[in-house]
Amino acid sequence: MSSTKVPATDIWQALRAATPARIGLGRTGDALPLRAVLDLQLDHARARDAVHAPLDVAKLAAELAPLTVVHVRSTAPDRPTYLRRPDLGRRLAEATPLPDGQVCDVLFVIGDGLSASGVQARAAALVEACIAQLPELTIGPVVIARQARVALADEIGERLRARVTVMVIGERPGLSVADSLGMYMTFAPRVGRADSERNCISNIHDAGGLSAAQAAQTLGWLLRESLRRQLSGVDLKDDQVQLPSSSSLPLEGPP
Amino acid sequence: MLADTPLSQFLTETPIPYEADEVTRLIIDSHASAAFAPIAHLTVGGLRDWLMAADGAAIRAVSRGLTPEMVAAVSKLMRNQDLIAVAAKVQVVTAFRTTIGLPGRLSTRLQPNHPADDARGIATAVFDGLLHGVGDAVIGVNPASDSIAAAANLLTMLDDLRQGYEVPTQSCVLTHVTNTIALIERGAPVDLVFQSVAGSETANRGFGIDLAVLREAHQAGLSLGRGTVGQNVMYFETGQGAALSANAHHGVDQQTMEARSYGVARVFDPLLVNTVVGFIGPEYLYDGKQIIRAGLEDHFCGKLLGLPMGCDVCYTNHAEADQDDMDSLMTLLTVAGCNFLICVPGGDDVMLSYQSLSYHDALYLRATLGRRAAPEFEEWLDRMGMLEPDGGVRALTDPTSPLERRMALESAR
Repeated sequence: MSSTKVPATDIWQALRAATPARIGLGRTGDALPLRAVLDLQLDHARARDAVHAPLDVAKLAAELAPLTVVHVRSTAPDRPTYLRRPDLGRRLAEATPLPDGQVCDVLFVIGDGLSASGVQARAAALVEACIAQLPELTIGPVVIARQARVALADEIGERLRARVTVMVIGERPGLSVADSLGMYMTFAPRVGRADSERNCISNIHDAGGLSAAQAAQTLGWLLRESLRRQLSGVDLKDDQVQLPSSSSLPLEGPP
Repeated sequence: MLADTPLSQFLTETPIPYEADEVTRLIIDSHASAAFAPIAHLTVGGLRDWLMAADGAAIRAVSRGLTPEMVAAVSKLMRNQDLIAVAAKVQVVTAFRTTIGLPGRLSTRLQPNHPADDARGIATAVFDGLLHGVGDAVIGVNPASDSIAAAANLLTMLDDLRQGYEVPTQSCVLTHVTNTIALIERGAPVDLVFQSVAGSETANRGFGIDLAVLREAHQAGLSLGRGTVGQNVMYFETGQGAALSANAHHGVDQQTMEARSYGVARVFDPLLVNTVVGFIGPEYLYDGKQIIRAGLEDHFCGKLLGLPMGCDVCYTNHAEADQDDMDSLMTLLTVAGCNFLICVPGGDDVMLSYQSLSYHDALYLRATLGRRAAPEFEEWLDRMGMLEPDGGVRALTDPTSPLERRMALESAR
């Protein structure tokens, strides 16, 4: 069949507003029209770039100024190893120097996770919005961590004597949104904490996700409750906070 | 060494101790020794040769005598070709409003997910799928929210839509099994009871379930009696790595753990079981080659254990895979007689952020491999003027076509 059959009067035009899904693409024979094929390939390439792009830590640190910044990396030496070995992304590289500091209420860790481009685009503004919500709390230095998984913040928080850590991390990129961030809050961080002991705020992005302001507000509530009740995780779940649950299978969720 | 291991050894030496795990107890206690008799003398290697030579009826006859560990073990000795050839001989037929798994048929799950569970957005994706002849296995939504009220609204919308167009299929909102029990109690139109399952007691606890709650849910689903041509009411999803990611694998390899999840599923006579093969990520299945291999292993193991096995042929953006790998796997699985595949608009799931098959992929498989939709659904396609004589699905491009116009008006409301 030679002609591409796109519905004559495009009845889908009005319907596209109802969903970001790729509906009403038309057919050529039984196949997707070439345009739809190429669109998907381009979006896939962008999502792959988001996964593999390195984080420009100097640029991020400059954006965070005048906040004090500490640089660390996990034991995963490179991206391919990081993707294969989540366990290596959860531990600090050997002999990582960390400053001797005072006990702090909250320690922010910014990890590249699975979308360095998301971190590059919005992590600094998000952390600043969060800190602005917490005038009464002491905030530790902002740690920038490369090849990081969520649980890396446990070791960092334990060594820096934080009462609560907040890992701000790039989420697994989708085709429509490749630069989404998540925040994972853990009370009394220490190596070996289970994921059920964390609270998560996910889908922080500009394309219909949570705004930085909304996420910061939710985090503020969670942090105060966590410090008041001396815990985090499933026991802190509250009906006031609608945390999105995303899937029927575990995503090894945190990147 | 694996090839020389006697099958009978799997009945006395369990990888996860009988005392410690209810899944092991289920596997051992439900083992049918009469069904096992014809193969009781074999080694794992001997079983491979037996399977290659046996016909489908003989394989089905020993199904309840096989344990998940035996099946996982033999699959490790089999090439992709063997996994396809043996699975293609085994038919597992189940039914609710459609009959799924008949020879020469391929069914599809229509997966119309929306990031905010918007009812109109989901309905739009359903219409698009129906116009491609997709949805005869189930119209199944993964909800973004965990809310029972939201699930009830979606179930009502899907049921209204199904009845309004008299579509012979079943719907499902893939929420936690305890939510579905609550939905049944408050009278929501539940067709299928969904749950993700894994291969150990601890992994299932990570999902918030045990065998007792699955039994309760199965009975609750059966009590509704909503099926017309059958009463298989359960829908399970699985995937290699689920137990390992929860550190609930007891040191057992991920493929054996996956087969053990089929040991859980099969006691509940499910309508549908599918592995979500590339979903969990590259730490479990690194690239297209591993995903393809795992998809064929899972389908083979499920079929051998008597399950109506389907597959979500999919990958994430951090895996070394692309659409070409999906093309290969869906083609191989269809040749292997897979009961159903999952399809989303344009291959892009905008809620779960991964790529699955597109509605068009189903059209390709029907045309190229000559597979038809479930008979009840195919009759409906014919009534709607969408069925080609060869089982293909006609492209509706005439704006005066009644179905397309009606759907457009309906979804624009």
